[in-house]
Amino acid sequence: MEDKLSFEYAPAPESRAVVSIKPKYGHFIGGKFVAGTKHFPTINPATEETLSAIALGSKSDVDAAVKSARKAYVTTWSKMSGKERGKYLFRIARIMQERAREFAVLETLDNGKPIRESRDVDVPLAAAHFFYHAGWADKLEFAGLGTSTKPHGVAGQIIPWNFPLLMLAWKVAPALAAGNTVVLKPAETTSLTALLFAEVCQQAELPAGVVNIVTGDGSTGALIVNHPGIDKIAFTGSTEVGKIIARAVAPTKKSITLELGGKAANIVFEDAAIDEAVEGIVNGIFFNQGHVCCAGSRLLLQENVAEEVLSKLKTRMAKIRVGDPMDKNTDLGAINSHEQLLKIRELSAAGDLEGAERWSAPCELPGKGFWFAPTLFTGVTQSHRIAREEIFGPVLSVLTFRTPQEGIDKANNTPFGLSAGIWSEKGSKVLWASQQLRAGVIWANTFNKFDPTSPFGGYKESGWGREGGRHGLSAYLKGVSHE
Amino acid sequence: MNFYGLVDGTEASLKKYLGALSGVDQVGADARAAMLATRSIKTTSKRWAIDTAITMVDLTTLEGADTPGKVKALCTKAVRPDPTDLTVPSVGAVCVYNDMVSIARTHLDLIGGQHVGVAAVSTAFPSGRASMAVKIQDTQDAIDAGASEIDMVIDRGAFLQGRYIEVFDEIVKIREICGTKAHLKVIFETGELVTYDNVRKASFLAMAAGAHFIKTSTGKVAPAATAPVVLVMLEAVRDFYSMTNVRIGVKPAGGIRNTKDAIKQLVLVNETAGPEWLTPSLFRIGASALLNDLLMQRMKMDDGYYASPQYVTID
Repeated sequence: MEDKLSFEYAPAPESRAVVSIKPKYGHFIGGKFVAGTKHFPTINPATEETLSAIALGSKSDVDAAVKSARKAYVTTWSKMSGKERGKYLFRIARIMQERAREFAVLETLDNGKPIRESRDVDVPLAAAHFFYHAGWADKLEFAGLGTSTKPHGVAGQIIPWNFPLLMLAWKVAPALAAGNTVVLKPAETTSLTALLFAEVCQQAELPAGVVNIVTGDGSTGALIVNHPGIDKIAFTGSTEVGKIIARAVAPTKKSITLELGGKAANIVFEDAAIDEAVEGIVNGIFFNQGHVCCAGSRLLLQENVAEEVLSKLKTRMAKIRVGDPMDKNTDLGAINSHEQLLKIRELSAAGDLEGAERWSAPCELPGKGFWFAPTLFTGVTQSHRIAREEIFGPVLSVLTFRTPQEGIDKANNTPFGLSAGIWSEKGSKVLWASQQLRAGVIWANTFNKFDPTSPFGGYKESGWGREGGRHGLSAYLKGVSHE
Repeated sequence: MNFYGLVDGTEASLKKYLGALSGVDQVGADARAAMLATRSIKTTSKRWAIDTAITMVDLTTLEGADTPGKVKALCTKAVRPDPTDLTVPSVGAVCVYNDMVSIARTHLDLIGGQHVGVAAVSTAFPSGRASMAVKIQDTQDAIDAGASEIDMVIDRGAFLQGRYIEVFDEIVKIREICGTKAHLKVIFETGELVTYDNVRKASFLAMAAGAHFIKTSTGKVAPAATAPVVLVMLEAVRDFYSMTNVRIGVKPAGGIRNTKDAIKQLVLVNETAGPEWLTPSLFRIGASALLNDLLMQRMKMDDGYYASPQYVTID
């Protein structure tokens, strides 16, 4: 036997043979793929290889999509019983499960996230959202939202690049269950799984026009937001763009939900289970390369355990396997785009400049593609930019506190309020802290856990409204009576 | 003994030492173990893992029906697991009851297996329900008969009652008897301690008392060496090393029956305690059926197909 101590994991790449990517895509309007006029490339961020050409949605494309959605709403979908709508949603969910591997591989190629995450998190959760909402379709009167609710009509939905298929599911499933039709625009860097979803809609024989997908960039998104034929806008993305959308929608009759940025505090109290807290910190900030709006990007450590936690955290971070997203053993994949990489670098440089101490896990980064090593900053205070601004990358800012109240005060001292984490083995402290924290989602002794039954959304600049659960369903209904 | 300067042998100091340990969150530990179980170990790394796992096997027979013939057969298998392929390494040790130690040692020496250890289960294994005098005699007998490793059980009743000092003192006494002649493995029977908090506490207690190895189970109680239990023990030896600069070994035993399970154990070691533990002097797997599955997988990697089980010897 070879005399070596280290256990090197041989490459274990997932096969990409399961997907066939067309050289060029159009839009999905009225149940058919229609050619686009102008195109832009979509690349694999791990290799910079061009995967396909994506159509840039124009005014006429958006007009056609809205028209088709309106027609489907008036003639078919609004007249169909909830039971029948539910059948379509169940069918979509089952097809997504059957084609799970295809979705996972495509998502990883287009987005850069590790196949382990697209396979074990994104795709199963996306299917779960359709299953969950399929169950509501014929029970809307019993959802506790009132007995005279109605769908809005046509929903315009704009989703981000961090969880392309999952965010599609969060938007499309409740909209359809409640009886709306949709015009959806995926993010410009990650359109491929949405276009594969369009195939699933065809396979499920979903009535034409119920789901329309127009690809494009911010200009296409603006056309959707400002379109007079749309009744409801749902947006997930940056707070900056969210504010522009809110302004645009304010003088109209459109309903709106916004799921925006965050700068979540992950608070470790002295009585935490340290090893599991370290796992939770890693999962909180390095899951999906930190491209998570609810990422635990501000670590708040009680000072009497700070040294121990940091030492264990660095040991653990050194074990994070960075590299080929298609390798089944990869933990941290590629940054989604060059633009995002520059943003992460810029904010990290600001951390250096403002006197925080940078530490990065020793790891070899591939030569091609967009990469950033798992990094933490210590010596961060509330007034550092890296403690206030969303980095949206694998960069953790570490702050300390002396008393539980100080921890809470620091956690709440942010314009955001999407999520927070509490680590303590003391039940009374967990309950107390969760009552003090101003965040839409609070995790105790875990982090980044998602479930379609659980409402998700933010306080303050993190957004308006909720997605998931009964609360999320209500965003797609009019005439909701709030108990 | 100075117990690494961690405790002074009094109950008060032991309570303080154990009381300072942080808790283990069960859900989190389960999740981490499940995540590590998704590691995909292929080709060269799988081959390396199989051979490494073979050297870590404590090939075990602990039956009331054991006879000298059965034990000799086990020893032969331990030295040359595959008589048709001499590149297969020997296992780490054979593990037998007290009265079979001299038979095992003599036979191993006879067939060129001087490098294979003999581990004796001790201290009224598996229940541990006997007087201290009996436990001491049990251990002394095994060492006199040539055991190089003693696998003792702790008094789980005393542990669950919070009489930690008694558990501690028993380990200290048995370690004294082992002296320099035998390595001491301390079996917790994690299936009876049940909680991960208890596993962590027992780990730190045994390490301070002088254990060379901490071991999950007797193999007589289920559940035995579950992945999260081994994870918690590996975290304990890692933390103990950072406190004392001494590396304590870990031995999961019971329920590890196939190559996949064994490789999962090695992944746990690699990513928790670290690659330094990937050696038979710091990691052993107590098993009987496992060895043949490792051999079958090894043959499959060499030949490209699964052979009939008749191509591996049953003992």
